[in-house]
Amino acid sequence: MSPTESPSRASGPGAAPLLEVRGLAKSFGDHEVLRSIDFTLHAGKVLVLIGPSGSGKTTVLRALNGLEQPDAGTISVAGGEVAIDFGGPVSAGKWLALRDRSAMVFQHYNLFPHLTVLQNVTEGPIVVQKRARADAEAEAMALLERVGLADKRDAYPFELSGGQQQRVGIVRAVALRPQLLLFDEPTSSLDPELVGDVLTVMKELADEGWTMVVVTHELVFARQVADEVLFLDGGVIVERGAPERLFTAPAEERTKQFLNRLLFPF
Amino acid sequence: MDWELFWASLWPIVRGGLLGTIPLSIASFAIGLVIALLVALARISGIRVLSALARFYVSVIRGTPLLVQLFVIFYWLPSLGLLIDPWPSAVIAFSLNVGGYAAEVIRAAILSVPKGQWEAGHTIGMSRTTTLRRIILPQAARVSVPPLSNTFISLVKDTSLASLILVTELFREAQKIAAFSQEFVMIYMEAALVYWVFSLVLSTAQSRIEKRLDRYVAH
Repeated sequence: MSPTESPSRASGPGAAPLLEVRGLAKSFGDHEVLRSIDFTLHAGKVLVLIGPSGSGKTTVLRALNGLEQPDAGTISVAGGEVAIDFGGPVSAGKWLALRDRSAMVFQHYNLFPHLTVLQNVTEGPIVVQKRARADAEAEAMALLERVGLADKRDAYPFELSGGQQQRVGIVRAVALRPQLLLFDEPTSSLDPELVGDVLTVMKELADEGWTMVVVTHELVFARQVADEVLFLDGGVIVERGAPERLFTAPAEERTKQFLNRLLFPF
Repeated sequence: MDWELFWASLWPIVRGGLLGTIPLSIASFAIGLVIALLVALARISGIRVLSALARFYVSVIRGTPLLVQLFVIFYWLPSLGLLIDPWPSAVIAFSLNVGGYAAEVIRAAILSVPKGQWEAGHTIGMSRTTTLRRIILPQAARVSVPPLSNTFISLVKDTSLASLILVTELFREAQKIAAFSQEFVMIYMEAALVYWVFSLVLSTAQSRIEKRLDRYVAH
């Protein structure tokens, strides 16, 4: 997990953005969940998506990993090394190429229940990336050590708390050495007292220079860690900006209302 | 009760089980499982023609008596110029039968694995096939062991039908002894006893497998 191992460090400032999203649109039947989403993200930066449920933020994240197929728009990673135009059919090879660049941390962890903690982490590196078992296991153990779970290497997911499972989920994603880490409401399923451990790990990753897209309701985390915040509502980006500005002086009425509801729920 | 005859006929009946019933069951079940997996995958493939063919196959197998299937295979294959012995005929018929029933079990087991597991497989870069093989099927296997064990135990007993096409197995041996000695009731009860003991052994094996596959779920 050291920055030198992170490929997201490869491009310095002034380089082409790591991720470029243009005109992303998606409908489920008559319901438009996304309407023309545009953003760019440079290597080493953290983008946080906030918004009410049903705003489309999770759909954006899932599109970046090919779990959701947009109806229109383009996604370009690493200056066009992987470029997908959703206007036409997308080949299976392109999906795999897009997924190779990123790794996802899920709200419900989605660990593999039939594999031990260590096997969960090494499955991708060994089976997909064909790395040597000894190397993959050594790296996995180092990562597990860092999140305080080395002694759980042989445990099955059901034996872990939610917070521990999610930390394994993060390690599983990082072990793939992706250029882009995607987090889909990573703390929303956790008991409140377990949220801190997971956010701490995420903050460390951000500090190390990993490029991250995070969907979350944790405003304090967003404020501390995000380089840019996008506020989505009704499938569009209503407002965007640096967290200090967006959280203290939102320009849009809808942003104000949303932030107020989160800060003063009753 | 003629105990002398009882003890004298026990070994021939058990031998019929060990050399006939058990190999016939194991061979048919193994081939049947392969058919079942292919049929289950065809059903969920999303390819309309494949899925329809698979549904038709399952419907025919489940909608007709096993005895009729056995006779159709035994009398129909020779009419196509395929002269085969009773034993392979029986294996073909029982395999096709298991394939139809087990396909539904396997399909349900695959569908019972949460969608998030497919997604997690995809996000670590796995193709659909790799995700199925490494992530989905191992979890589906755990769910399908109890119903598939039932299928297997039923099969062991159903292989007695093969005696009707003169396959040498447990029940055929019993029939021969009964015809010769005219002690029908005792010999058939003896055959029943041997089937029952076989089933008990299989049930024990089933719970062992279940226990082993349950190691990764909370109790």
